[in-house]
Amino acid sequence: MQMNNGAGTQRLLRYVDALSEAVAMEMQRDSRVFVFGLDVDDHKAIQGSTRGLVDRFGKDRVFTTPLSEDAMTGVAIGAAMAGLRPVHVHIRMDFLMLCMNQLVNMAAKAHYMYGGTVNVPMVVRSIIGKSWGQGAQHSQALHALLMHIPGLKVVAPSNAHDAKGCMIAAIRDDNPVMFVEHRLLYPTEAYVPEDAFTVEPGRGRICASGTDITVVGVSNMVLECLRAQELLAEAGVHAEVIDPIWLEPLDTMTIVDSVRKTRRLLVVDNAWTNCGASAEIMSRVAEQTWHEPLHMERMGFAATPCPPSPTLEREFYPNPATIAARIHEMVRPGVTWKPDAERASLAYQMQFRGPF
Amino acid sequence: MHLDSELDLARIYRNLWLIRRAEEEIARIYPSDKIKSPVHLSIGQEAVAVGICDVLRVDDVVAGTYRSHASYIAKGGDLPGLFAELYGKDTGCARGKGGSMHLIDMTHHILGTSAVVGTTVPIAVGYSLALKREGKGRVVAAFFGDGATEEGVFYESLNFASLHDLPVLFVCENNFLAIHTPLEKRWATRQLCERVRTYGIPAHQITDSDVLKIRSLAAEAVASIRTDSRPVFLECHTYRWREHVGPGEDYDAGYRSRKELERWQAIDQVPMIGEKLNRADREKIEAEVEEKIASAIDFAERSPFPDPAELYKNVHA
Repeated sequence: MQMNNGAGTQRLLRYVDALSEAVAMEMQRDSRVFVFGLDVDDHKAIQGSTRGLVDRFGKDRVFTTPLSEDAMTGVAIGAAMAGLRPVHVHIRMDFLMLCMNQLVNMAAKAHYMYGGTVNVPMVVRSIIGKSWGQGAQHSQALHALLMHIPGLKVVAPSNAHDAKGCMIAAIRDDNPVMFVEHRLLYPTEAYVPEDAFTVEPGRGRICASGTDITVVGVSNMVLECLRAQELLAEAGVHAEVIDPIWLEPLDTMTIVDSVRKTRRLLVVDNAWTNCGASAEIMSRVAEQTWHEPLHMERMGFAATPCPPSPTLEREFYPNPATIAARIHEMVRPGVTWKPDAERASLAYQMQFRGPF
Repeated sequence: MHLDSELDLARIYRNLWLIRRAEEEIARIYPSDKIKSPVHLSIGQEAVAVGICDVLRVDDVVAGTYRSHASYIAKGGDLPGLFAELYGKDTGCARGKGGSMHLIDMTHHILGTSAVVGTTVPIAVGYSLALKREGKGRVVAAFFGDGATEEGVFYESLNFASLHDLPVLFVCENNFLAIHTPLEKRWATRQLCERVRTYGIPAHQITDSDVLKIRSLAAEAVASIRTDSRPVFLECHTYRWREHVGPGEDYDAGYRSRKELERWQAIDQVPMIGEKLNRADREKIEAEVEEKIASAIDFAERSPFPDPAELYKNVHA
């Protein structure tokens, strides 16, 4: 697929390796960058995403922390105000709940509340978990809570190319950036330039072109939507799949332009729908197109905590088959269609090598 | 850092008097509604900020709370900027976007203060991490109240500062009150310094608010922090004379007695240090302070409010 960012030689790279490569390149370039968080320097290296950093940059720049998420977030903010550029790592997004006072009351507001006299250039990495019984507190996708707060930027790359480009952009940004990763994206591969490049805030991407409906996926749901789009091709339904990449600032116009063409919008969030990113995206589209007849729907997690049992967990998430069925129903109302069960299960063997 | 020279005493008195008078002026102006921000006055607590800041270098850093007019002034923060901020003016230290509870003056190394109790403690620690790497021997003095020591983040911060040998002086301004709730309804035991020492941090208590004693302990602490890069903790007992928020007194509210106030007024450091100076010197200082405050108030009154378009600026850097 065609690259639209980056330069130099490209090669297939896993998402997890793209993350560590991006951080290593920025640490090499800028001595103010440091990485900290529980277990960033251990043998498992945050599921591989901080692999090699401590050996290369030393324990002053790559260090583990006490289980003190609240204070460690404050430490990151203080260090950032003093001119350093911290990357604070959380192995699950659920732990961000312990950081919310510092993130919401200080990181997000400091530049504004102190009259522009200080900056808080920090990156907060966190990983959304899924599958194998992660359960209620290892599976949450809480990006909407963060999108609500002026002053925070929020990014959720869906492929290795964007993982690298967004991480470099996040580290170079003079604001707090909430960097949302997904565990199931870690082994996925994409063509990634060897050189440094950025995927800038506020620009989304059309991953697959289509004319019948606009489908916006968030984080891992971008892949699920692409799988659904492939399933629908046999039924002759052509979905345009959009990855917003950055949730704040959000590229509203790429979505609006697509919806004006297709007249239909399905937002598939990797999160709950209530007051979520899907609500925000649909509101923004509605505000721009209120005089136009459009059909908008959304999908997301079931409105329950995430259960670990496989039969329940399967019901909890949208999947390529349920997404494809919903798209078909929107495009051809009244015509019953479901993807073939075997094909739907094979959808997971499809390789999507971004950046689409 | 010995103290006996007239110069030292004059400087200390000037700062004590400046804070006392500036806050009395804030209280005087407040009913006019020219001040557009809730004020938490430090009147009665000046000795802590002055005793600590007197031993800091110009490039040392202070972190404070929503009751931080005192530490802001004691560290040399811009006075016209303070008054203009209280007035909500464009020339305020936070350009009218902070208010009394979010003072800042990075030129004088005063970190932004916070309304949420305990919040600036880890930020001070993080700042000290950067100073340690910088290697110029700078220290951070983190001011907070007794209420902050009840927050989990306080102990997280102590632990991290000790674990990483960080150059931070923790200063607890213990005025025995969290809004209106006294210590005995909040602390299971009174042994704050003992709690802190379990983290391997030396801790000292000053119970009479003696500014020279605070200064002397602070001088020793800051010297050791500069050489060893290890945190030190000071618990300074003090007393808030006015209501929690606002310009007045509230001894008729029933949560504390005027007798208690009178015990603290009997050891008020402002006149006690003033009396150590000769009369001419003292009067000269007081006249200069009045002029400085009047000029700061005049600056605030004459300054423009921010343009409405300013609302949307500075959300992002």
